[in-house]
Amino acid sequence: MPETPTTPRARRMVDLSSPVVWAAAALLALLLFNAVVNPGFFAVRIQDGHLFGSPVDVLKNAAPTLLIAVGMTLVIATRGIDLSVGAVLAISGAVSFTIIDGSSDPSSPATAAIAIGTALAVGLVLGVWNGFLVSVVGIQPIIATLVLMTAGRGLAMLVTDGQIITAESPAFTWLGRGYVLGLPAQVVLTLLVLLVVAALTRRTALGTLIEAVGTNPEAARLAGVRSRSITWTVYVFVAFTAAVAGLMTNANVSAADANRAGLFIELDAILAVVIGGTSLAGGRYSLTGTVLGALILQALTTTTLTMGVPDEYVRLFKAVVIIAVFLLQAPRIRAALGRRRRGARGVTSPDVPPTDAAADDVRPLTPAQAANSPTTAMPDAAPSPTDQGVLR
Amino acid sequence: MFRKTLVTAMAVAVAFGATACGGGDDSSASGGSGGDGTITMGFSQVGAESGWRTANTASIQQSAEDAGIELQFSDAQGEQENQISAIRSFIQQRVDVIAFSPVVETGWDSVLLEAQRAGIPVILTDRAVDSEDDSLYETFLGSDFVEEGKKAGEWAVENWGSQPTFVAELQGTTGAAPAIDRQQGFADAIEGTDNIEVVASQSGDFTRAGGREVMEAMLNSNPEINAVYAHNDDMALGAIEAIEAAGKTPGVDIQIISVDAVRDGMQALADGQINFIVECNPLLGDQLMELAEQVVAGEEVPKRVVTEETTFTQEQAVEALPDRQY
Repeated sequence: MPETPTTPRARRMVDLSSPVVWAAAALLALLLFNAVVNPGFFAVRIQDGHLFGSPVDVLKNAAPTLLIAVGMTLVIATRGIDLSVGAVLAISGAVSFTIIDGSSDPSSPATAAIAIGTALAVGLVLGVWNGFLVSVVGIQPIIATLVLMTAGRGLAMLVTDGQIITAESPAFTWLGRGYVLGLPAQVVLTLLVLLVVAALTRRTALGTLIEAVGTNPEAARLAGVRSRSITWTVYVFVAFTAAVAGLMTNANVSAADANRAGLFIELDAILAVVIGGTSLAGGRYSLTGTVLGALILQALTTTTLTMGVPDEYVRLFKAVVIIAVFLLQAPRIRAALGRRRRGARGVTSPDVPPTDAAADDVRPLTPAQAANSPTTAMPDAAPSPTDQGVLR
Repeated sequence: MFRKTLVTAMAVAVAFGATACGGGDDSSASGGSGGDGTITMGFSQVGAESGWRTANTASIQQSAEDAGIELQFSDAQGEQENQISAIRSFIQQRVDVIAFSPVVETGWDSVLLEAQRAGIPVILTDRAVDSEDDSLYETFLGSDFVEEGKKAGEWAVENWGSQPTFVAELQGTTGAAPAIDRQQGFADAIEGTDNIEVVASQSGDFTRAGGREVMEAMLNSNPEINAVYAHNDDMALGAIEAIEAAGKTPGVDIQIISVDAVRDGMQALADGQINFIVECNPLLGDQLMELAEQVVAGEEVPKRVVTEETTFTQEQAVEALPDRQY
């Protein structure tokens, strides 16, 4: 049997204890499911000089959620949460469209620039407010941001007078419906933000500092990390991403709907982060996981729409898939599945167990192992000594 | 402008459960029917999910002012819970009459019973409730959605019946009366016409964003689609953008029927992007205030009052557009 020896090597390359791997597997499974159930799902063609097809729709419609989820990842890594992003999104859209609608020359680039600038500035101010409540006043993040979550839509409605504002402006149309190199502008913008964040947090110590704050704010502070400014900054950043997402989603339909724009997007963003394997308890985070999480959510929506699942069942379908992903990620379930798999193999092919045992050595941290060997459990439970070295 | 802002601010305050105009001030004096004879109406609106809805809100606010009726306006933001709590707060404030457009059809019996026990008459506007007991409300003022669906279906049969037509249906919010009835009316009208087939039917939640996303997915899964029946203009407008992105021409390659006739929809109709619109008249404020006065005075009113409505073709839209109020 030529295949058997390669199995452990493959195992070594893929860390099965990582939730990111399971998120990737879930996305892959979802796409495979589509390939079978919705033939033509992957048919991407060039249409008027840009790519067109379901995969492109998934990317485009996932962009606003993903953008916010990137910001949310950093917030959650600091052991925080921001419920107000949907409201910030609505305010950003409301402010920009009201400016364009009220200007004497709606189609001029200057008007668009003012509108975009003002919307982003308002977003930043709201972020500063959230960050202030959390980092300076010390209110629990869920409560602090709940204030703006409920009041924010009211603010947006005040701005729009409770109306749905429609306005056409070339710059805005581009934000929502434009293309860069055949890809939707929304996707490209989101990718840019993602790359900048990845570079800033992973190429510098910033990511480690954020994780330190989330793991133990007090210890981080004592170690010389400026916890307060880091916490404050991530709230400002997530509000910024929400403001950008607000420009995108409203531009996509050329209308600002204070009531409905970005409704429940905060929950989708949090879900994307969690599916991606970042713990709500703070600390370690994974941007790759977040990207996968956001794509899974949107792929699910597009799948149900493409299949024509009746609306009554769509949420149920989503719930089932998401619960399945979480179960796969849960260490206990995986441990149980692993035992069963080993047991089954042991019966069918007696020569496999030794190699499997070898694989177990490189597979870190099933709960049982964690309990048995505290030394291997250390790196995941707390920042490793080398990490702390970076902090100092 | 400032006035409107004030009204909105008040709406927001009420929506968040703050019982505006609480004790002491003079507005509570008019609370009990009688006194100076001013009628206080509590109105709970669905939300501001579409241009139609905002026109409806504006009409009610304007008509209340003209009729000298004090309006407590509350926006439910599309949530039944908000609406129930708004109605409860109206009951506590002892308004003279409660009017509301139910977010969904079911689940109203207990709160309507509370209003009945408090002796406050209830008028339904625009959308009906699904209740065994029709004594829970005085009257239902609104459009006949089944009829609207029928009008759309009849036009479809007349204009699409001669060649194979694959229709994508963009439904409204699942469970909402207009979504259910417009689907029903349309299905009834096209029944027996072999050439017309509804190949996909999904909820776009009455919003542009919803209409766009659903249409994108449908165009990918059912490339044969050559017609759209949207339960409101906003979803049709979202669908137009999806159709354009797919490189097809809305109104030509893919013909569109829509319901509502709001300004943006009429503009698209006049521009040839939509082919036919069935009107659903939101300007029922005057009729509502008249009914409210009758109900408060204890007069008998019919259980069902239908608003006056018409249909528009592209040519009629060009003519009607300059005078369109909303």
